[in-house]
Amino acid sequence: MQNDVIMAGFGGQGVLLIGKMLAYAGMREGKEVSWLPSYGPEMRGGTANCTVVISDRPVGSPVVQHPRAVLALNLPSLDKFESSVKPGGVLLINSSLINRDSQRDDITVVKVPANEIANELSNSRGANMVALGAYLGATHAVSLAVVEGVVRETFAAKPKLVDVNLEALHRGYELGEQVARKGEPR
Amino acid sequence: MAKKLMKGCEAIGEAAIHAGCKLFFGYPITPQNEIPEYMSHRLPQVGGTFVQAESEVAASNMLYGASGSGERVLTSSSSPGISLMMEAVSYLAGSELPVVIVNIMRAGPGLGGILPSQSDYFQATKGGGHGDYRLLVLAPWSVQEAADLVQDAFDLADFYRNPVMVLGDGLIGQMMEPVEFGAERVPCKLLAPKTWAATGCDGSRPTNIVNSLFLDPEVLEQHNIKLKAKYDRMVRDEVRFAEYFTDEPYDLLLVAYGTVARVCSTAIEDLREQGVKAGLIRPVSLFPFPYAAVRAAAAKAKAVLVVELSSGQMIEDVQLALRGAKPVYFKGRQGGMLISPDEVAESIREVLAGKAAEVVNG
Repeated sequence: MQNDVIMAGFGGQGVLLIGKMLAYAGMREGKEVSWLPSYGPEMRGGTANCTVVISDRPVGSPVVQHPRAVLALNLPSLDKFESSVKPGGVLLINSSLINRDSQRDDITVVKVPANEIANELSNSRGANMVALGAYLGATHAVSLAVVEGVVRETFAAKPKLVDVNLEALHRGYELGEQVARKGEPR
Repeated sequence: MAKKLMKGCEAIGEAAIHAGCKLFFGYPITPQNEIPEYMSHRLPQVGGTFVQAESEVAASNMLYGASGSGERVLTSSSSPGISLMMEAVSYLAGSELPVVIVNIMRAGPGLGGILPSQSDYFQATKGGGHGDYRLLVLAPWSVQEAADLVQDAFDLADFYRNPVMVLGDGLIGQMMEPVEFGAERVPCKLLAPKTWAATGCDGSRPTNIVNSLFLDPEVLEQHNIKLKAKYDRMVRDEVRFAEYFTDEPYDLLLVAYGTVARVCSTAIEDLREQGVKAGLIRPVSLFPFPYAAVRAAAAKAKAVLVVELSSGQMIEDVQLALRGAKPVYFKGRQGGMLISPDEVAESIREVLAGKAAEVVNG
């Protein structure tokens, strides 16, 4: 069993961080993991993405062309990676910043108003955590409890951030689970 | 020790510390900056010294001096920076100085780009600096293996009194994977004290001189013959490789090293489900190259496909290994473009369907 995901957004939205947290959580579960960032000549405000692979067996290619899931936090990321999602896979769209629908009818699309939810929680920088939660809810790639532990460790130096980020994670998780439970492609 | 999620560059740095490296000299260049960054804060913690030199040329000559004093020393760079070090590398080899050099390759030639590549194979394995010399060259395919090979590299360098290069592509440097360091490290070679080192002399022993200048041709030839004998011992004793999917019958043998071999393994696995049979051999030591193993593995296949992030460099060693016994095909990407499992799978299909062009030289 292998779960792989490309997480993409503007530089600064925190996709590399949630990718790392996911990889950490996978490792904690005893899985084989790899985290591969894009490190091209990007500039501030440009796009950033990372590929995370979580597998029961040693990870083959850390480069994934057709991931089981794509998490697009902005429009350029959706434009770039929408077509790469494996048929039957999951596409998570940050509907706060992306005002178009997916063209695909062979995948599950999860629209997550990540920034709006984060703002509701007075945690405007927590949109990435909402998105990570939605990804977990939709795919169950790793267990929520293990990711919660990683969130606590990540923000250990800033205890104030632990609860708000856990809240953001949970809100995303519920949304992701709801959509995935419906099950049918959009 | 528990597994840690580390970037390849950081794992390489920690591995060097673990192997007793006390000195690092280097100059920043993408995509390996996390190695000097890591060493700059870790070395002082273990009583070592980190120096950011004014250039790669300076760093490589600091390496020469520090190694001559008998310490374990490391430098790391990426392709254009490694080119700048090549004069010193030749001097290090001529003076028989043990150092570890990490090259996290980026695309060239010239300044090229900053994205992953394997286009320094020739430079690493066939020279690069002047004169008759060889580097031991080790190529990891994962972060864990990078950590393991860096530690072995220090032992091998000391054992052979020769520079050892760990050759990774940008992916090895930048990706994060779980890595584990054993609590008690056992050297992979039985190491003698460095009685040759210039450690300061009070007259109680003959003076040690570290030098690569031999103006008398008869003396230099004897030195060259001694070095050649050393390289021959490496060829005899240090060949490393791994095989995958070769227990079952296969029609095509793939040859790839580093992260590209992982991409190939995924492609082969995908195709096995569809009844297409390919095997994989991965050279881990690039010098010495596993000629006999490649030849033996190819004997069971109809043809051989070499996959590299270059225009085709290792393929020349594969051709030497095969001596024309099997048709050889090539798939490569350049310029920092990565190769995907699908692309490799397509190449495998084309070769097996007779639709690919054989690589013929001359």
